[in-house]
Amino acid sequence: MATILIPTPLRKFTENQSKLQVNAGTIQEALQDLASNFPDLKKHLFDENGKIRTFLNVFVEEDDIRDLQQGETQVAHDTVVSIIPAIAGGSI
Amino acid sequence: MPSHLDIQFSKEELARYDRHIIIPGFGLEAQQKLKAAKVLVVGSGGLGSPLLLYLAAAGVGTLGIVDFDTVDDSNLQRQVLFGKQDVGLKKADAAQKRLESLNPHIKIQVHHTRLTSENALDIIKDYDVVADGTDNFPTRYLVNDASVLLGKTNVYASIFQFEGQVAVFNYTNSKGETGPNYRDLYPTPPPPGLVPSCAEGGVLGVLPGIIGSMQANEVIKVVTGVGEPLSGRLFIFDALNFETRTFKVKRRDDNPLNGSNPTITKLIDYEFFCGLKTEKPVQEITVEQFYDWQVKGEKFQLIDVREPHEYETSNIGGKLIPLGTVLENANLIRKDVKVVVHCKSGARSAKAIRELEEKFGYNNLYNLKGGILAYLSQVAPVS
Repeated sequence: MATILIPTPLRKFTENQSKLQVNAGTIQEALQDLASNFPDLKKHLFDENGKIRTFLNVFVEEDDIRDLQQGETQVAHDTVVSIIPAIAGGSI
Repeated sequence: MPSHLDIQFSKEELARYDRHIIIPGFGLEAQQKLKAAKVLVVGSGGLGSPLLLYLAAAGVGTLGIVDFDTVDDSNLQRQVLFGKQDVGLKKADAAQKRLESLNPHIKIQVHHTRLTSENALDIIKDYDVVADGTDNFPTRYLVNDASVLLGKTNVYASIFQFEGQVAVFNYTNSKGETGPNYRDLYPTPPPPGLVPSCAEGGVLGVLPGIIGSMQANEVIKVVTGVGEPLSGRLFIFDALNFETRTFKVKRRDDNPLNGSNPTITKLIDYEFFCGLKTEKPVQEITVEQFYDWQVKGEKFQLIDVREPHEYETSNIGGKLIPLGTVLENANLIRKDVKVVVHCKSGARSAKAIRELEEKFGYNNLYNLKGGILAYLSQVAPVS
C-alpha cells in the first residue's frame, strides 16, 4: 500500500478524492492500479504508448521519479506519492 | 554600472522603509539593492496584483509591467490592484496609477503589449529579474525561454482553481551555479483538451493573493541576496486541505535550452509548441520585401498556385502550378534558389508549402503574405 495525492484538476476523475491508497510495489503499478480503479483517469496519466505523460510529474516523497528509477521506483506501504501537473492559470 | 552602495535615500524614503532597514540581516544594504533593482512583472492580473503591490511597497526601484488587457468586472474578484473605477481601462495604466499613489519614490514602466517571440528579448533584456504572473502555457514557455536565453532569473508562480505552485527558475547562485528552469520541470505542456489545460479553469479569488505574495517574497530574496531562494525546488499549496509540499527539481541533460545538447537557441512559435495552432507555420515574405527583391534583382523563382482562370484574369508573372497539382509537379520547383509561392491571399500557398516541405523536404519556400491581392493593392508595380 502507498498513498497517492491527487491534484485538484484530476479529482473529478477520482470522485473528488484527494488521497487514495493503492496496492503496489512500484510507481508503474501504483499508477496502473489507480487507472484501473478510475478508468477515466487513464488517458490523463498515460500517453498512447503507455508512458507517463510529460506534463505530469510524479514525486516519491520529495524526489522526482525521473531522478529515481522512473516507473520502476519502489514504493513502500508508508510512501507518499504526489502527482503534480503543469498548471498555467485560468485560461488555456 | 553604479553599485547599489551608491544608492541614496531621502528622509521620507528612510521613514517609509524603516521596518525593512531595522530587520537584522536585511538592513540598509538590502534596501539599497531593492532600489537599484529592475523587476519585470509579466501580467498584472491575479498574481500580478499582489506582486506589484508588494514590490512597489517594498521599494523596488524600477518596476516593469507587461499587459495588453483591459480591466473587466470579472477581474475584481481577485485582482486587488483594481477597483470599480478602473473597469474598461488598460490594466497597465490602472496599475501604474495605483502603484504611483502607493509609492511615489519608484519608477513604473508600462509595456502595453502581449509578450511575443518578437518582442520578449527586447523587453526583458533591460531588467534584472522577471516575475511570471501569466495565465497560459504559451506565455509560460516564452517567459522561461527568453529568461534562459538572456541569463535572467525567472520567479515563477502559477494557480489553478484551489492549487498554487511557486519556484525560482534559472537562478545563478553566488558560486556561479545556475539552477533548473521550467523546461527541466515540465518538458512539454499538456495538449489542448487534456486536463489541466481545459477551459474549465477558474480560481479561488484569495489564492493568487497567497501565491503572488510568496512570489513577491522570492523576488525580494533574489534581488537582495537575503535568505535562500526557492531554486531547485517546487512549492505546492493546496488551499482546500491546507497541504503544502516542496519537491526537489533538478537540471536535466535533455533540456533543449541549456542541457548537454541545446536545440533551442532563439525564441520559437509558442502557440504551435503548445498545440494551439494545428498547422505548422511557414516562412513568409511581405509584399514590400518581395518587391524589394524584384527591384534589386534578387534571384528567386515565383510560383502561382491558383487556378488557370484566376491566372488569366490577373497575374504577376509567376509559374502557374495549381495547388492540386503541386506535388506531381514538384520537379518544376527549384531547390537551389529562393522560391516565393503565392495565391490570392495566402492560404492556398501556405498549404502548398507545407505539402512540399513535408513530402520533399524543401526549406527555401516563402509564402507571399496577403497573396496577389496584397501585392496589387500595396505595391502595384508597373508591369
